[in-house]
Amino acid sequence: MPTTIDAQGIYYAQVNEQIRDLVRRGENEITLTNVTGQRYIGGGIQSPDLKITVRGVAGEDLAAFMEGPTIEVMNNAQDGVGNTMNDGKIVIHGLAGDVVGYGMRGGKIFIRDDVGYRVGIHMKGFKDKQPVLVVGGCAGDFFGEYQAGGCLVLLGLTNSRKFSVVGDYCGTGMHGGVMYIRGGFKENYLGREVKHFDLTNADIAKLKPILEEFACIFGITEDIYDFHRYRKIIPVSTRPYGQLYAY
Amino acid sequence: MQETINTTVLSERDYFEEPDRQGLGIRSLKKGQYFFSLPQYCVERNDANCIRCLVCVRQCTWDSTYYDPDRNVVYNRHENCVNCRRCEAMCPTQCIQIKKWGSGFRENYHWNPKQMISVSKQADTGGVLLTGCGNDLHYETYFDRMVIDASQVTNPSIDPLREPMELRTFIGRKPEKFDPEKASSISTQDCPNYVCEIPLIFAPMSFGSISYNFQEGLARAASEMGTYFNTGEGGLHPNFHQYSKRAIVQVASGRFGVSSSYLKNSAAVEIKCGQGAKPGIGGHLPGEKVTGEISRTRMIPEGSDAISPAPQHDIYSIEDLRLLIYALKEATEYTVPISVKIAAVHNVAAIASGIIRAGADIVVLDGFRGGTGAAPTVIRDHVGIPVEVAIAQVDQRLREEGIRHQGSIIAAGGIRSSADVVKAIALGADACYVGTAALIAVGCTLCQQCHRGKCAWGITTNRADLLPRLPSDVAAERLKNLLCAWSHEIKEMLGLMGLNSIESLRGNRLKLRGVGMNSEELNVLGIKQAGV
Repeated sequence: MPTTIDAQGIYYAQVNEQIRDLVRRGENEITLTNVTGQRYIGGGIQSPDLKITVRGVAGEDLAAFMEGPTIEVMNNAQDGVGNTMNDGKIVIHGLAGDVVGYGMRGGKIFIRDDVGYRVGIHMKGFKDKQPVLVVGGCAGDFFGEYQAGGCLVLLGLTNSRKFSVVGDYCGTGMHGGVMYIRGGFKENYLGREVKHFDLTNADIAKLKPILEEFACIFGITEDIYDFHRYRKIIPVSTRPYGQLYAY
Repeated sequence: MQETINTTVLSERDYFEEPDRQGLGIRSLKKGQYFFSLPQYCVERNDANCIRCLVCVRQCTWDSTYYDPDRNVVYNRHENCVNCRRCEAMCPTQCIQIKKWGSGFRENYHWNPKQMISVSKQADTGGVLLTGCGNDLHYETYFDRMVIDASQVTNPSIDPLREPMELRTFIGRKPEKFDPEKASSISTQDCPNYVCEIPLIFAPMSFGSISYNFQEGLARAASEMGTYFNTGEGGLHPNFHQYSKRAIVQVASGRFGVSSSYLKNSAAVEIKCGQGAKPGIGGHLPGEKVTGEISRTRMIPEGSDAISPAPQHDIYSIEDLRLLIYALKEATEYTVPISVKIAAVHNVAAIASGIIRAGADIVVLDGFRGGTGAAPTVIRDHVGIPVEVAIAQVDQRLREEGIRHQGSIIAAGGIRSSADVVKAIALGADACYVGTAALIAVGCTLCQQCHRGKCAWGITTNRADLLPRLPSDVAAERLKNLLCAWSHEIKEMLGLMGLNSIESLRGNRLKLRGVGMNSEELNVLGIKQAGV
């Protein structure tokens, strides 16, 4: 039985202290109920076995600097989900705000619906440690800005944006990692530092398990394995600004 | 004769040349680089004393010195010389002297050579000019126009060699009030502080911008002297985790190396909002410097530029800053102080007040003389304000608002000596960051080429062949000596003012007087004119 914390009317610092206290006592499953935007849930926690279920709307900087735990939010989340997170897994059964996965270094984030601006910016990766961020809906401007590693997936399932599943300046300053975007986007929305390509078999092999995990989590029945509708976006140079400077 | 030899070598090195019609070599311009072949420095070699040991050839990383075995002569490509003085320092017979090249350009007060060469380089490339180190232009330094008071007759001076003298400083938020109930066990839970045995802390210099060995030297010197080093924004190499309790770890817009353990095991966490050498713009570690270990520590592809965006994209306001400050406090379970570093700019007092009110425990003011590993020259030279006025204004404002105790002030950017430290503390700082002085301590000659990753002194490079030029134990020893010397001098200066602790000096502007300043300057600094 998971331990339940009723967050109704409790300040975030107390909620988080209670969570840390339970973790120190070896609790592996925690459910938070009546969450109304309390901030920093799971912030900085280092515990690979911990699972936190959030019933309600998770506040800003959910799982910031987190390393290991799994957090499932049964509703929406505010800005800064997975800010600089190092490892673990976040599932949002709804939509999330701006700067999701800023500077993310590892782990996985799955968001069922839309996200706001500057999502997945400055995501990093080194060798085997490659973060994954999957957005089921559409994304705002500056998606994957400065991306340096990892894998961003945008599925466009919500059809909430009319002409393009992603906003303007997508992949601006990108210099590493990969983005897969399904559904149409305006070509002039792409940053100057990236180009888009058809998926290769290697891409499909990499993407398929990620999509399967996403479909399994959210019970997606729609066919999201129509790989001809995806575009791969990668940087054209690891040094987008190498020519900007004099000798 | 000399001409012919030079030309032969130049043509081998893919230089564009006029056809050699008369059999005479004609020195001509490298493709698209007009002033490039006009040297700024001349490497003069007294050939009579040269023993052909070729140390200079091996030591030069700028491709300025070469040896012609057929003629048994060492030559120079003077245009490549950056005046780092490595060859001069290493030459066993002292036969090398680097001099300014000839007349330079025709004398011109308005167009100095630096400006002319800048224009030409930009015409060559269409690129932004990069540089290293701090602002080198001739702005008046307020430190040099302030003098320190001394005790004479009416109050006794103190002899620090034979009487107790306290340099220990606590950095961080102080409690609102002293509670005698809890006096026996003052809780640091609400107000974690870090304790400096001396008010000198090594300034943020990232692994990547500086060498592995130099960062290890900083870490070791800081540990042994009871002070701290700052990781800069490049993360902490796994081998340096043993020094993490002596590390102030930075969280900058690029978020390089920021993990949960990095935050929790530190002495303090510093949010880098700005840098004195380049206020308002992001960091940029050139791809040449992103090699294996740096790529690993920062988690970015090898050879790519390490880009730190100009803003932190989760901070667009003081409210957002509060959000990140408390995200870090939560992540570290309120065990370490949170510092916010800003470049000293206009209205710095209001900004600093907002930072303290947002929950920061420390505010770092980085003045426009502050160094950098790479910054656009135009920004380094023209943006920001002197740290002296920033300290005075911030300290004054926080006192007026009754929140000075809520945060410590650290002064950074151009602290050159123990006198600068004493003046900065008297103006209102709690402690000083020392960056450029630490570099000079280990051999830096301020040649301003840090961004090229070829530092001949092995300080600002991680090239495997250059690293051994600065062993970490040598760096640690020299840095310890520097801290030790400055502490003695600070104690002497405290003693002559009749003070026995650094705490009594903080914000004690009566100990300072201005020389050669106008009344507005004196007013901004909050000090009196010398003589009164």
